Amino acid sequence: MNYFPILTLLIFAPLAGALFILAIRGEQEVVNRNARHVAIWTSSAVFLLSLMLWAGFDNTTADFQFVEQWQWMPAFNIAYHVGVDGISVLFVLLTTLLTPICILASWESIQERVKEYMIAFLVLETMMVGMFVALDIFVFYIFFEAVLLPMFLIIGVWGGPRRVYAAFKLFLYTLLGSVLMLVAVLAMYVDAGTADIPTLLTHDFPATMQTWLWLAFFASFAVKMPMWPVHTWLPDAHVEAPTAGSVILAGVLLKFGGYGFLRFSLPMFPLATMDFTPLIYSLSIIAVIYTSLVALAQEDMKKLIAYSSVAHMGFVTIGTFTQTVQGVEGAIYQMLSHGIVSAALFLIVGVVYDRIHSREIDMYGGLVHRMPVYALAFMVFMLASVGLPGTGGFVGEFLVLLGAFQVNPWVAALASTGVILGAVYMLYLYRRIIFGQLTKEHLMKITDLSGREIMVFAPLAVLVLWMGVYPSSFLDVMHVSVNNLIDRVETAQAASQALLAGR
Amino acid sequence: MTEIPNMVPVIPEIFVAVIGMALLMLGVFQKAADDATEVKTAHLVSRLGMISLVLTMMLVATVAGSTFNTFSGMFVSDPFAVYFKILILFASALTLAISHNYMENQGIARFEYTVLVIFATLGMMIMISASNLMSLYLGLEMQSLSLYVIATFNRDDERSTEAGLKYFVLGAVASGMLLYGSSLVYGFSGTTDFQMLGNMFDGDHAPDASLGLIVGIVFILAGLSFKVSAVPFHMWTPDVYEGAPTPVTAFFSVGPKIAAIALFIRVMVGPFGDLVQHWQQIIVLISVASMLLGAFAAINQTNIKRMMAYSSIGHVGYALIGLVVANEAGVRGIMIYMAVYLFMNIGAFACILTMRRAGRMVEKISDLSGLSKTHPMVAAALAIFMFSMAGIPPLAGFFSKLYIFFAAVESGFFALAIIGVLSSVVGAFYYLRIIKVVYFDPPDETLDTPIDRNLGYVIFGTALIVVLFFAFPGIIIDGASAAAAAMFTK
Repeated sequence: MNYFPILTLLIFAPLAGALFILAIRGEQEVVNRNARHVAIWTSSAVFLLSLMLWAGFDNTTADFQFVEQWQWMPAFNIAYHVGVDGISVLFVLLTTLLTPICILASWESIQERVKEYMIAFLVLETMMVGMFVALDIFVFYIFFEAVLLPMFLIIGVWGGPRRVYAAFKLFLYTLLGSVLMLVAVLAMYVDAGTADIPTLLTHDFPATMQTWLWLAFFASFAVKMPMWPVHTWLPDAHVEAPTAGSVILAGVLLKFGGYGFLRFSLPMFPLATMDFTPLIYSLSIIAVIYTSLVALAQEDMKKLIAYSSVAHMGFVTIGTFTQTVQGVEGAIYQMLSHGIVSAALFLIVGVVYDRIHSREIDMYGGLVHRMPVYALAFMVFMLASVGLPGTGGFVGEFLVLLGAFQVNPWVAALASTGVILGAVYMLYLYRRIIFGQLTKEHLMKITDLSGREIMVFAPLAVLVLWMGVYPSSFLDVMHVSVNNLIDRVETAQAASQALLAGR
Repeated sequence: MTEIPNMVPVIPEIFVAVIGMALLMLGVFQKAADDATEVKTAHLVSRLGMISLVLTMMLVATVAGSTFNTFSGMFVSDPFAVYFKILILFASALTLAISHNYMENQGIARFEYTVLVIFATLGMMIMISASNLMSLYLGLEMQSLSLYVIATFNRDDERSTEAGLKYFVLGAVASGMLLYGSSLVYGFSGTTDFQMLGNMFDGDHAPDASLGLIVGIVFILAGLSFKVSAVPFHMWTPDVYEGAPTPVTAFFSVGPKIAAIALFIRVMVGPFGDLVQHWQQIIVLISVASMLLGAFAAINQTNIKRMMAYSSIGHVGYALIGLVVANEAGVRGIMIYMAVYLFMNIGAFACILTMRRAGRMVEKISDLSGLSKTHPMVAAALAIFMFSMAGIPPLAGFFSKLYIFFAAVESGFFALAIIGVLSSVVGAFYYLRIIKVVYFDPPDETLDTPIDRNLGYVIFGTALIVVLFFAFPGIIIDGASAAAAAMFTK
């Protein structure tokens, strides 16, 4: 496999597809149709390729695999260096799975500027995959921030009535966080003399410097995550984004922060991590409880799911910073399952939005009478979001709570209230939309899921159940890498404790 | 009999001077009474001018690689000078390419324009190669006088004449300050030669610098700050940018600015490099003030040329961070920054030049609304330039900022780097506003199609450079690295 540049292909194949779409000329109708087809075929091919990546992945080593390294800016010792380990490989799969689903989901709902839309999505895929596989800190940063370009345009051009505000808020919030990270990246590069992530992982930064670096990275990842109190861009962005934009935002972009904590903050700044863990716990618990309550009060379906995302991400940060194997694995698992479940829930909202053009919960009621298949699909994802045993959501939350209980029972106890609140708002939402009498005039003619829509939901539903019933197929992949990460963190922290004790 | 100086390093300058005069002759003798032939002559001269600027670029490239001192140390040709001269020649050639159509439409297509641009270019080349306070001044004035004239080139237009007059009066004040500073330096050191000044105050002798000399340096610094339009000497910039004919504004925003930045580096790092602790704080202040003013003042602008003026003030602020650092990494950062800035800015101005409605130029930001529907390619290019200026990867503007901030962080100027990145976020706001108008707003009145072919080429070429910089960074970076290294090996 060493000779086959599979990661480079994964990164740049969507870009090639985008260029191809750019070259399409002719009648508006024909262009639209061709653009859609090129996009779906490209992204599907990329997904199949990523399955090969999964198949070829070696579970028994924590080293980076499928590594490719080429000189890029030799004067600065910056290289194009990519590779995956147990932490990142599943995120790549998540990205490549959700992109074709997004394109399929926008098949009919996007009628204007189809060509540009498809280009934006393929470019976005390139950036997202690149972000997860980058092993050079500058390459990472470039992909990390470049995601903003297509996302800004997707929300701004194809979004709802307040799209301009939402797009600006998203862009400026995340940019503000990222630029501070850029200064930190430069400082790390100057201190370690290299931009290579595997090398940086073994570099010990001075303790005071770690604090500053950690804070700078935190500024960026906390916004991306998003953590309370810098989460306010998320509901706006979600509400205004087109359905597929919300799907990618919730499914993949929110994972950037969690991935960043795992890749940088924990292993590179273990001492600072130790100091700041209480801060993370507090913010996460506030996020879990407060945003769950806020979600309960929402009248807009998308906003409700957006707030629920913030709460779920609270679990992720708790799990990550427990610095236990269970906690970290739970965090990754939670991110993966949330990636699929929240994506599916936004698609669920998109289905009725395409028909009725409203996201107000009050506009709906009794849909089960007209849309039984829809009600079933909604139920599966709703229960997964609640964390019912047998769905992917359960495994992640359970592992996180298990990890949290080992280090701090109070954190675990407070976080578990979030599980209950989650059940409350999701079940409440479901009841209001699906059950009751079908009395509203405009709902009388609503149609059930079409074949295309079933094609969108079926794989996601299967995956959610698979993740709930047989988590080993995913946990095994990350196990060795997570162990290695925890080892590294604990060794560094123990060494520093010993130094303090000996002084 | 006096010895004849070595002419080889000066060949490009001589060539430009000869071409300038030859084109002047051509224009004068070709000139006929009616308008049609006048336009034709202007067109011919402009074409010839462009070709000769490209030829000059090749001539400059042939003397690359080594350092020559000639005319008793008045003139130096080193890799640093070669790098900046190539940038200047690019700026002038691209300016001529985007000018002609505009001039013809405004009814001011005259051959003198090309000639003046070429003489201004000659002045800039001399500035860049100056290694004596006197040759520096000569080059600067040659450039400035040509620029004063082309600022007023649309002489029947009130705004254009106002712009020229303002530029002239304030420019003269700045030149005066520079000259006064030079005289102080000469008075307190006894020489105007950079090499000798450098030797006089190197390392151990730095404490010898008298107060009078420092005052002289500060005056020189103020004069140069005016030329690069750094805060607090920026007041003329928005008015002149708004009033001058748009291609001239495009030229102002790149050519003279790059030349003045080169001069800034040459003077501060060369002869006064070891006095860095005396002038560093001033540059810090100027740099921070420029970044902040550039970021905040641009937000409320409705005229796109004024916005670009504030944007250019901000960019100078970033570039000056490199001068604060005053080491090889810093100078290299500035050099990369200016190269990228050149292409982004010319490209953006070429897009602005396509803003024509029913034959008349329009320049309000809101006039761009719906550009993405009517001119998809121009809109895409404009979005690329704006994202790049905001410093978003993977576009070239990000890399140029990266190298500057790298230099700052490497030398421990964390506060400066953090102010820089934060003001770039504020700056991103107004660049995004352009993209918002272009992509998100519905079109009201459409702009004219099709656009001029030359403009199309320039937009396409510069956009390609900005987008593909990440794939081939070596071309610019290696040149800048070599040139910056030459600056620091004595």
